[in-house]
Amino acid sequence: MNRLDIIRETARDPHSYAKKWKEKTGGKVVGYFCTYTPEEIVHASGSLPFRIFGSVDNISLADTHLQAYSCSLVRGGLEEALKGNLSFLDGTVFPHTCDSIQRLSDIWRLNAGFPFHLDVVLPVKLDTASARDYLGEVLGKFRRDLEQSLGKSISDSQLGDSVKLYNRMRGLMRELYLLRSGNPGILTGRDVYWVIKASMVMDRAEFTENLEKLLEELKASTPQSAGKASRRVFLAGGICNHPDFYTLIEDAGGSVVWDELCTGTRSFEGVLDETVPPLEALTKRYSERVVCPAKYNGNTSRADNLLRLVREKEAAGVVFVYLKFCDPQSFDYPYMKEALDRAGIPSMLLEVEEQPQAEGQLRTRFETFMDML
Amino acid sequence: MAEETKTLDPEKEKRKIKSVKRMKEIMTEYYIGAKTARQNGKKVAWITSGGPVEPLIAMDVIPVYPENYGAMIGATKMGVDLCEKAEEMGYSRDLCSYARSDIASATVNGGPIGGLPEPDFLVCCNNICGTVLKWYEVQARYFKVPLFILDTPFIHTEFSEEARRYVKRQMEEYILFLEEQCGRPMDRDRMDDVARLSLQGQKLWQAVLDTTTHRPAPMTAFDAFFHLALIVTLRGTQTAVDYYQLLLEEMKQRIEQGIGMLPHEKYRLLWDNLPVWYKTKWLSDKFAAHDACLVADTYTSAWSGVLHLIDESNFLESAAVAYSSVYINISIDKMYDIVKKMILKYQADGLVMHSNRSCKPYSLGQYDIQKRVADELGVPTLVLEADMVDERNFSESQIETRIDAFMELIRDRKGE
Repeated sequence: MNRLDIIRETARDPHSYAKKWKEKTGGKVVGYFCTYTPEEIVHASGSLPFRIFGSVDNISLADTHLQAYSCSLVRGGLEEALKGNLSFLDGTVFPHTCDSIQRLSDIWRLNAGFPFHLDVVLPVKLDTASARDYLGEVLGKFRRDLEQSLGKSISDSQLGDSVKLYNRMRGLMRELYLLRSGNPGILTGRDVYWVIKASMVMDRAEFTENLEKLLEELKASTPQSAGKASRRVFLAGGICNHPDFYTLIEDAGGSVVWDELCTGTRSFEGVLDETVPPLEALTKRYSERVVCPAKYNGNTSRADNLLRLVREKEAAGVVFVYLKFCDPQSFDYPYMKEALDRAGIPSMLLEVEEQPQAEGQLRTRFETFMDML
Repeated sequence: MAEETKTLDPEKEKRKIKSVKRMKEIMTEYYIGAKTARQNGKKVAWITSGGPVEPLIAMDVIPVYPENYGAMIGATKMGVDLCEKAEEMGYSRDLCSYARSDIASATVNGGPIGGLPEPDFLVCCNNICGTVLKWYEVQARYFKVPLFILDTPFIHTEFSEEARRYVKRQMEEYILFLEEQCGRPMDRDRMDDVARLSLQGQKLWQAVLDTTTHRPAPMTAFDAFFHLALIVTLRGTQTAVDYYQLLLEEMKQRIEQGIGMLPHEKYRLLWDNLPVWYKTKWLSDKFAAHDACLVADTYTSAWSGVLHLIDESNFLESAAVAYSSVYINISIDKMYDIVKKMILKYQADGLVMHSNRSCKPYSLGQYDIQKRVADELGVPTLVLEADMVDERNFSESQIETRIDAFMELIRDRKGE
């Protein structure tokens, strides 16, 4: 199997991968929902940080706990847990982000029945000294809580090793993004999505090694043409858990060249300083990284960042992809769109669910948008 | 025009709460004061309903509450219009209807008093939700004014030492922020006075709410929704203390004279979540027709529920912790404990939960609380799917049917 196939296979069926990993290594698998999870600490404990996505099936069990106006990630994630599809998890970590995830944490702790449950009550604002101090303390507390839950200690040198590995992995992800941005035909959007997803569920050392080889192969290969005169598209939002989405954009004559998604750059942006104590490096990364809209770092930081990136990556248009009922994203949409409008950059908004979408309508909307670019 | 002659029903007149008149006067004076603040050289701060207002009062800043205005917009049925306006501005219909109403109102001076006075700065405390943060960011951009965020870590299983330190430090930062905005140091003696009045007001408010443990209840939760406005907007002032003293006296008198809010109080219910502002009268009549009195609610007691955590001699520090511990900044198992206590305290025969599309931190988790109330306490429960301001999310016929069925269940249970 070539490197890409290994990545694809893992990302397509992460549950089977995690079960096998557990059998093989005897390690613990720790579930999480969000890029604010200090994965590095989980990794340093020898456990596999495993990102939970929403169920692709219809939601039934979760409906007895959550109203229909909760987002499909929250409902779909709970559905997976209640159905027993995540029975391989040894515990779950909930970093504080939005109101819905906050309540999901309660419901999960009381109903999902995993051996341990940890809340990482992060600060919401990240732009003051006291907030950063608190963030550092919370990370330290998480380390102690996790040690207690797993019944083992996490040494500084283990943490230091994880910091190095994550830096290497994230650096390679960034390299892949840059390569694709410079040459969109080199890898399909669908495959980049598989890479991202694999980076969240696969043994990080194994993943990093595969990604490194994949990059070598890609660099050596002759780039394929991106098809019709391809429009450079930027994705903005939270989670885009739909491989077909990328294919539809390409079919419509576009190619995604960069994003600011949780399932994208937000997961790998921000280098950890290897010259300072690991927790200090983590605190710095999690407070300085461009925020998800559930966190605060200035009134215009997200639009400023979006504009900067769109220009830097020479994107022709922006597709906002939001999960329906995602309050933090929806609050930011009008001003972010307005910032793009003022700069003459076209954009479109798609509200999606974690579950598969009707393809026809999406196809038409993408085609119409590409015609505008 | 022919002059109308109104015949007053003495039975109904007897039941009306007389203090309402004074309350309306105070609120009118307050809004006039806020609207003319600039002419009078006073600063105006917009603040979230759960935020620490006491330092503002001590600094002579007029606090203005967009959430209170949201409630007024809802009660005057101006919500749909403003929500639609916000949707035209690009805000999703799924967002909080207080936020949508306020964001739209700011741009068109809308709502019952023609818009709120412009803020000089904003104070946002996220102990009630993450939504207020996003909402205040919008307003900070719109009015181009400074925003202070008091970040109160959520209490899932504990309020950690780390969180305690963090909120205490922020309380100091808050004072510094106010001193900078007002260009003068805080008068600490004044702050002590305001703290004392705030505590006094909260105690009186709780005492007013406690009067409904009496049968028949001298007032209902629907009345509490109305009289709540002062403990939210004028907490820390003599005005609020005097008013709640007056209201408490009236309630005590009603108890002495055996005056209940309902002519026949047979069943006692507990309400959960914010009111459905545009339907309070309708809901009140609906339940009253079943001789059911909503004797208490989890919402209005939020402004006095953490009294025990406040230390008058060390107000600011202890308030930082108290404000972090309010009803919806805690986990659903902790909320259940409070609901259970209230059901017992007010001898409720049933629990009515408003599943409020606008308020996820209040509403998500209600199903779990509901199940425990039914299973562990054997108390019937009813969930009404609605929204606090956006009438488009209220189906009258459906809700009517559900209330009727629920009341029948309660009647059966009580063997009547």
